[in-house]
Amino acid sequence: MELNAITIGFVVFTIFTLGGGFGVVTTRNLFQGTIWLMVSLFGVAGYFILLSAPFLAAVQILVYIGAIAILITFAVMLTRSVTRIKERYIRIVPSFIGSLLLFLILLFGVTVPIFGGHLPESAPQYVASTRDLGIALVDENGYVVPFLLASVLLTAAMIGAIVIARDEKAKGG
Amino acid sequence: MDELCTGLCQLLVESGADAGLAHFLSLLVGVLLVSGIPLVTVIVLIWVERKVAARIQDRIGPNRVGPVGLLQTIADMIKLLSKEDITPTAADRVLYNAAPLVSFASVVLIWAVIPFTPFHFGVDLEIGALFFVAVASFGTLAIMVAGWASNNKYALLGAFRVVSLLVSYEVPLVFALLAPVLLAGSMSLLDIVNAQTGMWFVVLSPLAFVIFYVSSQAETGRAPFDLIEAESELVAGFNIEYSGMKFGMFFAAEFLHVFTNGILMALLFFGGWMGPLYYESPLIAFAWLGAKGGLIYFTTLWLRNTVPRLRIDQIMAFNWKFLVPLSIANLVFISLALKVMQELGVSPRNLAEAGFVELLPTTVVLLVINGAMTVYLLGLLRKRGQEARRESMAARAALAQAVAD
Amino acid sequence: MNVLNEWAFIGVFAVMAPVFPALPIVIAWLFRPRKPNVLKSSTYECGVETIGDTWVQFRVQYYIYGLIFLVFDVEMVFLFPWAVAYNEMSLFGFVAGFLFIFLLTDALFYAWKKNALDWK
Repeated sequence: MELNAITIGFVVFTIFTLGGGFGVVTTRNLFQGTIWLMVSLFGVAGYFILLSAPFLAAVQILVYIGAIAILITFAVMLTRSVTRIKERYIRIVPSFIGSLLLFLILLFGVTVPIFGGHLPESAPQYVASTRDLGIALVDENGYVVPFLLASVLLTAAMIGAIVIARDEKAKGG
Repeated sequence: MDELCTGLCQLLVESGADAGLAHFLSLLVGVLLVSGIPLVTVIVLIWVERKVAARIQDRIGPNRVGPVGLLQTIADMIKLLSKEDITPTAADRVLYNAAPLVSFASVVLIWAVIPFTPFHFGVDLEIGALFFVAVASFGTLAIMVAGWASNNKYALLGAFRVVSLLVSYEVPLVFALLAPVLLAGSMSLLDIVNAQTGMWFVVLSPLAFVIFYVSSQAETGRAPFDLIEAESELVAGFNIEYSGMKFGMFFAAEFLHVFTNGILMALLFFGGWMGPLYYESPLIAFAWLGAKGGLIYFTTLWLRNTVPRLRIDQIMAFNWKFLVPLSIANLVFISLALKVMQELGVSPRNLAEAGFVELLPTTVVLLVINGAMTVYLLGLLRKRGQEARRESMAARAALAQAVAD
Repeated sequence: MNVLNEWAFIGVFAVMAPVFPALPIVIAWLFRPRKPNVLKSSTYECGVETIGDTWVQFRVQYYIYGLIFLVFDVEMVFLFPWAVAYNEMSLFGFVAGFLFIFLLTDALFYAWKKNALDWK
């Protein structure tokens, strides 16, 4: 039964993820593309739940559906009438090769450093909680440097965005 | 809900049903039971909302259908059923129809994690507090989709304003939410309520409650932040092209969201079901939660019907230049004071399990800090208000001078 | 197993949640009158006709608020585990969390001083 529910969940979330991705690349409307992207990322959030990482799932939804979707829409609306693109992109073969290469790079670039070339026999028994995550984030032997670097990165992102947007405003009057 | 599920599961399996199916059916029954509460409540809420608004405006409100107009909502629903539902030809049909569903669903889904009594709840997620913020972001997206799919300039402009308001006020809301999470040391709503056995969190961090209250008023689009229905500026806002039942769903979602926030505040800051005799019976516990939530809900209605709407620039300035810095400062001061007290041994290591007496020194110190911050803030607001008044007086004088010339 | 059971409940709930508002809409669809005409289903039926495209260019301020919100959203996400682990945290971890908040508050004040928070 347990396996069954996980399988159903996996199939459903895969349909969401891949279907959403397919929607993103086929729709010619930028706003609908955003919605499809969110469908796809919602499926990814589902994977996190199946992997017993509900915190990451909530983060996925909060950051992507709550913020990135809104941000993309605002960015789309900054430009004029790009929601109706007339041209079609027809170079199928180069884009196929390119996407295949990217897929392979991502596949090996992500799995090999983590698993070292071979998959683990079974999942670890201990499931880390959010509290463990919190302690690991700020532990001197843990992830405190990436944690603070993330803060610096976010600060830089915000300052950069403000500088760029101010330039835009100066031109636009 | 777990006990019920296993009981029902066993019953179904014994009567010869497939185990997986039995499990699914018992889950479904659980879902229907839990979601029944908000769905029934929303029908009453529409009546309450109208009645309270009427009383505040010195009217009587609905009083014809049923005793004191209680059946008015039912009558309205039947009327709405017979209304023609116009979909503009220019609209994006799929997204246009999906938006009201998502909007309502995002509010109902919050109730899945709300504990009604110590033993009756849908589920108690480890990330409960984050869950309802995440789910609410679907509501924001639904508004954006509704505005875009209507293909109407007013709707799109309204949606943009509302969405930027909603995302802005989410920042102080979540920073205020971090205070109870920090005090309880858990994100599970059940743990947060149980951690308040010693002392309610509203006493430990009143400012966090005030920030949460103000920003949830904004999150639901209620006055003085009601850009959602800026009739005078944007005709109606994002829902202008909606009619019939779909329009009704946006409103039902809003009414339910306000009440849901009341219940959430009762859980996060007012000890949820805690009150005299709550351990005697789940019904008493449930009644306490309902009473506290209802009282907070009533004050939001009161506020909504009393204050005028702010301009969008004022709303944004209030959020980013007042609420956000305040909510960050509040979190910093609370966590700093607690840590210092914990290191000095004045305050217990684990606040969640500390009793009333153990918490007394902590409470006093936190209250003093909160009081000092409030006094400082009131002074700040007073100065700002005086400046604004002087500016507007000067502008008026200049205008009068210009007219005289 | 228990954790996934909880999420199965949420899953069923999430499937059912849009069904509740869909039901009255479907029932209304069965009963409601259908008399569409060109004028009625035009955009903004009772008002003046719309001129041009709906997707006009919006002001940049929306985008800036969106960006600042995104930065804070990510920050809040990091702070939740920090707050949950607060009681068991070493003094070092506590200070690290403080530094994190401080750096981002810095960014907020930068935005403030550059007038990026003003609605223009």
